Amino acid sequence: MSLLEIKNLSVRFRVKRAWGKSSYLHAVDDVSLSVPRGQTLALVGESGSGKTTAALAAARLVPAAGGSVMLGDTDLLKLEGEALRQARARVQVIFQDPYSSLNPRLRAGAIVREPMDALGTPDKPDRDARVAELFAQVGLRPEQRALFPHQFSGGQRQRIGIARALATSPDLIVCDEAVSALDVAVQAQILNLLRRLQTDLGLTYLFISHDLGVVQHMSDRVAVMYMGRIVEEADRIALFSNPQHPYTQALLAAVPSVERAKRSGVKMTGEAPDPLNPPPGCMFASRCPKVQPSCKASPPPLDAQAPDHRVACFFPGE
Amino acid sequence: MSLLTVENLRIELALRSGPAPVIDDLSLTLEAGKTLSFVGESGCGKSMTALAIMGLLPDVGRVAHGTIRFDGEELTTLPDTRLREIRGNDISMIFQEPMTSLNPVYTVGEQIAEVLRRHKGMSQRDAWTRAIDLLDSVRIPNAKSRVSAYPHEMSGGQRQRVMIAMALSCAPKLIIADEPTTALDVTVQAQIFELLRDLARDTGTALILITHDMGAVAEMADDVVVMYAGRAAEVGPVDAILKDPRHPYTQGLISCVPHLKADPTAARHDLTEIPGIVPPLSSFGTDSCLFASRCAHAHDRCLSARPKAFACPAGQFAACWLEADG
Repeated sequence: MSLLEIKNLSVRFRVKRAWGKSSYLHAVDDVSLSVPRGQTLALVGESGSGKTTAALAAARLVPAAGGSVMLGDTDLLKLEGEALRQARARVQVIFQDPYSSLNPRLRAGAIVREPMDALGTPDKPDRDARVAELFAQVGLRPEQRALFPHQFSGGQRQRIGIARALATSPDLIVCDEAVSALDVAVQAQILNLLRRLQTDLGLTYLFISHDLGVVQHMSDRVAVMYMGRIVEEADRIALFSNPQHPYTQALLAAVPSVERAKRSGVKMTGEAPDPLNPPPGCMFASRCPKVQPSCKASPPPLDAQAPDHRVACFFPGE
Repeated sequence: MSLLTVENLRIELALRSGPAPVIDDLSLTLEAGKTLSFVGESGCGKSMTALAIMGLLPDVGRVAHGTIRFDGEELTTLPDTRLREIRGNDISMIFQEPMTSLNPVYTVGEQIAEVLRRHKGMSQRDAWTRAIDLLDSVRIPNAKSRVSAYPHEMSGGQRQRVMIAMALSCAPKLIIADEPTTALDVTVQAQIFELLRDLARDTGTALILITHDMGAVAEMADDVVVMYAGRAAEVGPVDAILKDPRHPYTQGLISCVPHLKADPTAARHDLTEIPGIVPPLSSFGTDSCLFASRCAHAHDRCLSARPKAFACPAGQFAACWLEADG
């Protein structure tokens, strides 16, 4: 039974054009995903592919244009008012930039306490103890509760962000490029911490990253997005050992490796299409090395190539 | 003779507490047509070294000791007028942020042409034609019409290509690229790297690549300088250092990153952590190993004396006392 079940999620933004006209940018288009409890689903793709928007829409932080987001038995998209506010305790976000995502005027302890005060859980007398517990869990010293964000290093700030996300004991945590802004040495500390917390607390992660090495290290399943759509979704091992979509293949081939093996395989050329004026066929056709005339006629459906391995391509595989 | 030789370079920043060495006793050489890479965490002095070579140190910084010889000239003592000729003509730089390093109110063509008019004394018309050629050489499609585009009309990758075109415009002998692909997607990064490699091969330009990504180093560089807290921790050929890193910091830098594995079924162990962070600038001058506080192998000697660079069997030099004992 999946904890999170996203079905046909769409997000569109209205864009003003000249002469008072407006058109819609489909940032997320018909995305369906499921994440089992205690596991990590990674969303990967280039910047602008809609991975962050999809996750934020699932967390009700960006309005969705359609679809459903089932968290357990509740459809988050249908909730309003107090019910929505209470549901927010179950989905929390760790943000990319540990500098701008913490209030500079609050002490670290108050930052971590804030979600509890806002949502009223746990009861007031227990909150201080909970803050202390959270600080210990993320590897901060108790006396650091009294410090302000600017007195911490980048990695320590990200620990505060993680403690804040854990404060309401959420079911689902969205990690939006949680380690991208950190130095490599600090990145390793935070990745290890996230994995340890997952084992200890049974957390479920929706892990957004553009770094495929990090994704391979952290995820159980991977969904690859391109221009608002999922182009491939599979189990981690299947996706990395046997990528089917040419975009996934190109993405993997582009990662520089310390093993110095000569990079082979698919190279991308060309430019992505204008998202405001998308082509009728496959979005990747303009950059695909294996493009055929039929690719430009209609979009390929996201079909199961193998059990548990979905690919949106007319000519998957080699 | 080497194109660039830096010897015992020491750069001091004037802090309120007194001068602190951001670069301490750094030596390196770079041959024409080769690529040298600086790696390390932020705050280790990678960019400061680049700025020193360019003669662009901030007002609070000064070269306290050592020499920078470029193509037969001693850069540290040159007057500003001569430095200005060298910058752009012989050494040029590509910055990290293609969004902020271009002027938003001029077209990219005007910005490239300005460099050519200023440094080469070209006429308006010749400079413009040359700008189109340059955009073409960095593989911007339809260069003839894109030359009149403003920076905001281009993607991040294209803007970085424009920066490269500007850096190339005077056919420099050395290009310094400071984290040129950090702000870009991996697919675009692969294209930019390929472009830089091809250009270096075709024109014989030497390249200094500043990065924190060991993968990028493996892909691009011939030699590498691993920098830690303003000092060279390990210097040598890339192959030697990747195959057999001797300095604990280099070992940490390589193993703390989750690299894409050839075999995805392999067990995923916890990443190696380098505990702590880079020490504060005020402690950079002390006569000890600055990595000792984060090092698993630290002993008394590391705290009492600064290790010198010891030669290692694979061909690199490592500034670590462990190497002294064989």
